Amino acid sequence: MTEDHELVQRLREGDEGAFAELIDTYGATMIRVAQMYVRDRASAEEVVQETWLAVLKGIDRFEERSSLKTWLFRILTNRAKTRGERDGRTVPFSSLAGPSEEAEPAVDPDRFLGPDSPHPGAWAAPPRAWPQEEVLGRETLGVIEMAIEQLPEAQREVIRLRDIEGWGPMEVAEALEITDGNQRVLLHRARSKVRAAVEAYLDPEIARTG
Amino acid sequence: MRLFTRELACQELVELVTAYFDGSLSRSDRRRFRAHIKECDHCTAYLEQMRLVIEATGRLTEDDLEPDAREDLLAAFRGWKESR
Repeated sequence: MTEDHELVQRLREGDEGAFAELIDTYGATMIRVAQMYVRDRASAEEVVQETWLAVLKGIDRFEERSSLKTWLFRILTNRAKTRGERDGRTVPFSSLAGPSEEAEPAVDPDRFLGPDSPHPGAWAAPPRAWPQEEVLGRETLGVIEMAIEQLPEAQREVIRLRDIEGWGPMEVAEALEITDGNQRVLLHRARSKVRAAVEAYLDPEIARTG
Repeated sequence: MRLFTRELACQELVELVTAYFDGSLSRSDRRRFRAHIKECDHCTAYLEQMRLVIEATGRLTEDDLEPDAREDLLAAFRGWKESR
Protein backbone atom coordinates (compact mmCIF):
# COMPACT_ATOMS: atom_id res chain seq x y z
CA MET A 1 0.00 0.00 0.00
CA THR A 2 1.20 3.47 -0.92
CA GLU A 3 2.32 5.82 1.87
CA ASP A 4 -0.35 8.04 3.45
CA HIS A 5 1.40 11.26 2.58
CA GLU A 6 1.63 10.40 -1.10
CA LEU A 7 -2.02 9.32 -1.24
CA VAL A 8 -3.12 12.56 0.42
CA GLN A 9 -1.12 14.60 -2.12
CA ARG A 10 -2.59 12.67 -5.03
CA LEU A 11 -6.14 13.00 -3.69
CA ARG A 12 -5.63 16.76 -3.47
CA GLU A 13 -4.66 16.71 -7.12
CA GLY A 14 -7.84 14.78 -7.97
CA ASP A 15 -6.04 11.55 -8.87
CA GLU A 16 -8.68 8.84 -9.34
CA GLY A 17 -6.08 6.06 -9.03
CA ALA A 18 -5.30 7.15 -5.47
CA PHE A 19 -8.99 7.19 -4.65
CA ALA A 20 -9.47 3.72 -6.17
CA GLU A 21 -6.56 2.37 -4.11
CA LEU A 22 -8.13 3.71 -0.93
CA ILE A 23 -11.61 2.35 -1.57
CA ASP A 24 -10.16 -1.03 -2.54
CA THR A 25 -8.22 -1.11 0.73
CA TYR A 26 -10.88 0.19 3.12
CA GLY A 27 -14.21 0.22 1.27
CA ALA A 28 -15.52 -3.24 2.21
CA THR A 29 -14.43 -2.81 5.84
CA MET A 30 -16.10 0.61 5.99
CA ILE A 31 -19.42 -0.79 4.78
CA ARG A 32 -19.22 -3.59 7.35
CA VAL A 33 -18.35 -1.23 10.21
CA ALA A 34 -21.11 1.20 9.20
CA GLN A 35 -23.57 -1.67 9.07
CA MET A 36 -23.09 -2.32 12.78
CA TYR A 37 -24.62 1.04 13.57
CA VAL A 38 -27.29 1.58 10.91
CA ARG A 39 -30.48 -0.22 9.90
CA ASP A 40 -29.48 -1.96 6.68
CA ARG A 41 -26.89 -2.32 3.97
CA ALA A 42 -28.31 0.48 1.80
CA SER A 43 -27.99 2.95 4.70
CA ALA A 44 -24.45 1.69 5.34
CA GLU A 45 -23.48 2.32 1.72
CA GLU A 46 -24.95 5.83 1.94
CA VAL A 47 -22.97 6.55 5.10
CA VAL A 48 -19.79 5.32 3.40
CA GLN A 49 -20.48 7.54 0.41
CA GLU A 50 -21.10 10.57 2.67
CA THR A 51 -17.88 9.77 4.52
CA TRP A 52 -15.81 9.81 1.34
CA LEU A 53 -17.35 13.09 0.26
CA ALA A 54 -16.52 14.56 3.68
CA VAL A 55 -12.97 13.23 3.32
CA LEU A 56 -12.55 14.75 -0.13
CA LYS A 57 -13.98 18.09 1.00
CA GLY A 58 -11.68 18.10 4.01
CA ILE A 59 -8.55 16.77 2.31
CA ASP A 60 -6.97 20.21 1.80
CA ARG A 61 -7.29 20.88 5.53
CA PHE A 62 -6.16 17.39 6.68
CA GLU A 63 -2.98 17.97 8.67
CA GLU A 64 -1.86 14.33 8.82
CA ARG A 65 -1.55 14.33 12.59
CA SER A 66 -3.35 10.99 12.62
CA SER A 67 -3.09 8.31 9.95
CA LEU A 68 -5.42 8.61 6.98
CA LYS A 69 -7.08 5.35 8.08
CA THR A 70 -7.77 6.62 11.60
CA TRP A 71 -9.20 9.87 10.25
CA LEU A 72 -11.35 8.00 7.74
CA PHE A 73 -12.85 5.63 10.28
CA ARG A 74 -13.40 8.38 12.84
CA ILE A 75 -15.55 10.26 10.32
CA LEU A 76 -17.30 7.04 9.33
CA THR A 77 -18.14 5.93 12.87
CA ASN A 78 -19.43 9.38 13.84
CA ARG A 79 -21.71 9.52 10.83
CA ALA A 80 -22.89 5.94 11.18
CA LYS A 81 -23.70 6.47 14.87
CA THR A 82 -25.69 9.63 14.16
CA ARG A 83 -27.57 7.88 11.37
CA GLY A 84 -28.24 4.81 13.54
CA GLU A 85 -29.57 6.90 16.43
CA ARG A 86 -31.89 8.71 14.05
CA ASP A 87 -33.16 5.36 12.79
CA GLY A 88 -33.55 4.03 16.35
CA ARG A 89 -31.02 1.23 15.92
CA THR A 90 -29.34 -0.18 19.06
CA VAL A 91 -25.60 -0.01 18.87
CA PRO A 92 -23.85 -3.38 19.33
CA PHE A 93 -21.35 -1.92 21.80
CA SER A 94 -23.94 -0.32 24.08
CA SER A 95 -24.09 -3.38 26.37
CA LEU A 96 -20.33 -3.28 26.94
CA ALA A 97 -20.16 -0.80 29.77
CA GLY A 98 -23.03 -2.08 31.88
CA PRO A 99 -22.87 -4.48 34.82
CA SER A 100 -25.20 -6.79 32.84
CA GLU A 101 -22.06 -7.96 31.08
CA GLU A 102 -22.01 -11.74 31.48
CA ALA A 103 -18.88 -13.67 32.33
CA GLU A 104 -17.83 -15.82 29.41
CA PRO A 105 -14.99 -18.15 30.42
CA ALA A 106 -12.38 -18.74 27.71
CA VAL A 107 -12.39 -22.47 28.45
CA ASP A 108 -15.22 -24.61 29.83
CA PRO A 109 -14.79 -24.65 33.67
CA ASP A 110 -15.31 -28.43 33.66
CA ARG A 111 -11.94 -28.80 31.94
CA PHE A 112 -10.26 -27.76 35.22
CA LEU A 113 -10.00 -29.39 38.66
CA GLY A 114 -12.56 -28.17 41.18
CA PRO A 115 -12.04 -26.25 44.45
CA ASP A 116 -11.90 -29.47 46.51
CA SER A 117 -8.97 -30.93 44.60
CA PRO A 118 -5.35 -30.47 45.77
CA HIS A 119 -4.76 -28.22 42.70
CA PRO A 120 -7.88 -26.18 42.08
CA GLY A 121 -7.95 -24.59 38.64
CA ALA A 122 -5.32 -26.92 37.14
CA TRP A 123 -6.12 -28.71 33.89
CA ALA A 124 -8.23 -31.86 34.28
CA ALA A 125 -8.70 -32.33 30.53
CA PRO A 126 -5.60 -30.59 29.10
CA PRO A 127 -5.25 -29.36 25.52
CA ARG A 128 -3.14 -31.29 23.00
CA ALA A 129 -0.04 -29.90 21.29
CA TRP A 130 -1.27 -29.27 17.73
CA PRO A 131 0.94 -29.86 14.70
CA GLN A 132 1.00 -26.62 12.73
CA GLU A 133 -0.14 -28.21 9.46
CA GLU A 134 -3.35 -29.49 11.10
CA VAL A 135 -4.35 -25.98 12.10
CA LEU A 136 -3.29 -24.24 8.90
CA GLY A 137 -4.97 -26.81 6.64
CA ARG A 138 -7.85 -25.81 4.41
CA GLU A 139 -10.49 -27.73 6.39
CA THR A 140 -9.50 -26.05 9.65
CA LEU A 141 -9.56 -22.64 7.99
CA GLY A 142 -13.16 -23.42 7.00
CA VAL A 143 -13.97 -24.26 10.63
CA ILE A 144 -12.42 -20.94 11.74
CA GLU A 145 -14.35 -18.97 9.14
CA MET A 146 -17.63 -20.55 10.25
CA ALA A 147 -16.85 -19.96 13.95
CA ILE A 148 -16.23 -16.26 13.22
CA GLU A 149 -19.54 -16.01 11.32
CA GLN A 150 -21.37 -17.29 14.39
CA LEU A 151 -19.85 -14.80 16.86
CA PRO A 152 -21.91 -11.94 18.30
CA GLU A 153 -21.60 -8.86 16.07
CA ALA A 154 -19.13 -6.81 18.14
CA GLN A 155 -16.80 -9.78 18.76
CA ARG A 156 -16.97 -10.71 15.10
CA GLU A 157 -15.97 -7.26 13.92
CA VAL A 158 -13.10 -6.94 16.40
CA ILE A 159 -11.56 -10.31 15.47
CA ARG A 160 -11.92 -9.47 11.78
CA LEU A 161 -10.14 -6.16 12.18
CA ARG A 162 -7.43 -7.46 14.50
CA ASP A 163 -6.70 -10.93 13.16
CA ILE A 164 -7.86 -10.97 9.53
CA GLU A 165 -7.03 -7.38 8.57
CA GLY A 166 -4.12 -7.03 10.98
CA TRP A 167 -5.08 -3.75 12.69
CA GLY A 168 -3.42 -2.77 15.98
CA PRO A 169 -5.34 -2.52 19.28
CA MET A 170 -5.41 1.29 19.27
CA GLU A 171 -6.58 1.46 15.66
CA VAL A 172 -9.53 -0.79 16.47
CA ALA A 173 -10.39 1.11 19.66
CA GLU A 174 -10.30 4.45 17.83
CA ALA A 175 -12.22 3.30 14.76
CA LEU A 176 -15.03 1.74 16.78
CA GLU A 177 -14.91 4.41 19.51
CA ILE A 178 -14.52 1.88 22.31
CA THR A 179 -11.82 1.65 24.97
CA ASP A 180 -8.63 -0.35 24.52
CA GLY A 181 -9.84 -2.61 27.35
CA ASN A 182 -13.17 -3.22 25.64
CA GLN A 183 -11.65 -4.16 22.32
CA ARG A 184 -9.38 -6.62 24.16
CA VAL A 185 -12.29 -8.25 26.03
CA LEU A 186 -14.15 -8.66 22.73
CA LEU A 187 -11.07 -10.03 20.99
CA HIS A 188 -10.35 -12.40 23.87
CA ARG A 189 -13.85 -13.85 23.77
CA ALA A 190 -13.79 -14.13 20.01
CA ARG A 191 -10.39 -15.86 19.87
CA SER A 192 -11.28 -18.20 22.75
CA LYS A 193 -14.45 -19.32 20.95
CA VAL A 194 -12.60 -19.81 17.69
CA ARG A 195 -9.96 -21.92 19.46
CA ALA A 196 -12.71 -23.98 21.10
CA ALA A 197 -14.32 -24.56 17.67
CA VAL A 198 -10.99 -25.72 16.23
CA GLU A 199 -10.48 -28.04 19.20
CA ALA A 200 -14.00 -29.47 18.81
CA TYR A 201 -13.03 -30.24 15.22
CA LEU A 202 -9.47 -31.58 15.75
CA ASP A 203 -9.86 -33.18 19.19
CA PRO A 204 -13.58 -33.94 19.67
CA GLU A 205 -12.93 -36.41 22.50
CA ILE A 206 -10.96 -33.81 24.54
CA ALA A 207 -13.41 -31.00 23.84
CA ARG A 208 -16.29 -33.21 24.97
CA THR A 209 -14.78 -33.72 28.43
CA GLY A 210 -15.93 -30.21 29.23
CA MET B 1 11.37 -6.64 50.58
CA ARG B 2 9.72 -8.75 47.94
CA LEU B 3 6.00 -9.10 48.22
CA PHE B 4 4.66 -12.59 48.05
CA THR B 5 2.68 -13.11 44.86
CA ARG B 6 0.34 -16.04 44.52
CA GLU B 7 0.94 -18.40 41.61
CA LEU B 8 -1.51 -18.34 38.72
CA ALA B 9 -3.81 -21.31 38.26
CA CYS B 10 -4.18 -22.69 34.72
CA GLN B 11 -7.80 -21.56 34.72
CA GLU B 12 -6.66 -17.98 35.44
CA LEU B 13 -3.87 -18.07 32.90
CA VAL B 14 -6.19 -18.82 29.97
CA GLU B 15 -8.03 -15.55 30.67
CA LEU B 16 -4.81 -13.52 30.38
CA VAL B 17 -3.58 -14.84 27.03
CA THR B 18 -4.91 -11.99 24.87
CA ALA B 19 -3.55 -9.33 27.23
CA TYR B 20 -0.23 -11.19 27.28
CA PHE B 21 -0.03 -11.19 23.47
CA ASP B 22 -0.98 -7.50 23.35
CA GLY B 23 1.72 -6.68 25.92
CA SER B 24 -0.84 -5.08 28.21
CA LEU B 25 -0.30 -7.16 31.36
CA SER B 26 1.16 -5.43 34.40
CA ARG B 27 4.79 -6.30 35.11
CA SER B 28 3.90 -8.55 38.01
CA ASP B 29 1.20 -10.37 36.03
CA ARG B 30 3.58 -10.85 33.14
CA ARG B 31 6.16 -12.31 35.51
CA ARG B 32 3.59 -14.70 37.01
CA PHE B 33 2.38 -15.63 33.52
CA ARG B 34 5.88 -16.51 32.31
CA ALA B 35 6.76 -18.37 35.51
CA HIS B 36 3.64 -20.52 35.08
CA ILE B 37 4.27 -21.24 31.39
CA LYS B 38 7.83 -22.34 32.16
CA GLU B 39 6.57 -25.02 34.53
CA CYS B 40 3.33 -26.08 32.82
CA ASP B 41 3.31 -28.12 29.59
CA HIS B 42 -0.47 -27.98 29.32
CA CYS B 43 -0.60 -24.18 29.38
CA THR B 44 2.34 -24.09 26.98
CA ALA B 45 0.23 -26.24 24.62
CA TYR B 46 -2.75 -23.92 25.15
CA LEU B 47 -0.71 -20.82 24.39
CA GLU B 48 0.66 -22.46 21.25
CA GLN B 49 -2.87 -23.42 20.17
CA MET B 50 -3.89 -19.77 20.48
CA ARG B 51 -0.84 -18.67 18.47
CA LEU B 52 -1.70 -21.13 15.71
CA VAL B 53 -5.37 -20.09 15.66
CA ILE B 54 -4.35 -16.43 15.32
CA GLU B 55 -1.96 -17.31 12.51
CA ALA B 56 -4.61 -19.38 10.73
CA THR B 57 -7.20 -16.60 11.11
CA GLY B 58 -4.71 -14.24 9.47
CA ARG B 59 -4.81 -16.41 6.37
CA LEU B 60 -8.52 -15.87 5.78
CA THR B 61 -9.19 -13.47 2.95
CA GLU B 62 -10.47 -9.97 3.51
CA ASP B 63 -13.75 -8.94 1.90
CA ASP B 64 -13.64 -7.14 -1.42
CA LEU B 65 -15.74 -4.12 -2.19
CA GLU B 66 -18.69 -5.16 -4.37
CA PRO B 67 -18.45 -3.89 -7.96
CA ASP B 68 -21.70 -1.84 -7.75
CA ALA B 69 -20.64 -0.11 -4.54
CA ARG B 70 -17.19 0.51 -6.06
CA GLU B 71 -18.71 2.11 -9.18
CA ASP B 72 -20.97 4.34 -7.05
CA LEU B 73 -17.97 5.58 -5.09
CA LEU B 74 -15.92 6.25 -8.22
CA ALA B 75 -18.88 8.20 -9.67
CA ALA B 76 -19.05 10.24 -6.46
CA PHE B 77 -15.34 10.95 -6.79
CA ARG B 78 -15.74 12.20 -10.36
CA GLY B 79 -18.65 14.40 -9.29
CA TRP B 80 -16.51 15.91 -6.52
CA LYS B 81 -13.63 16.50 -8.92
CA GLU B 82 -15.81 18.31 -11.46
CA SER B 83 -17.42 20.48 -8.80
CA ARG B 84 -14.10 21.77 -7.44
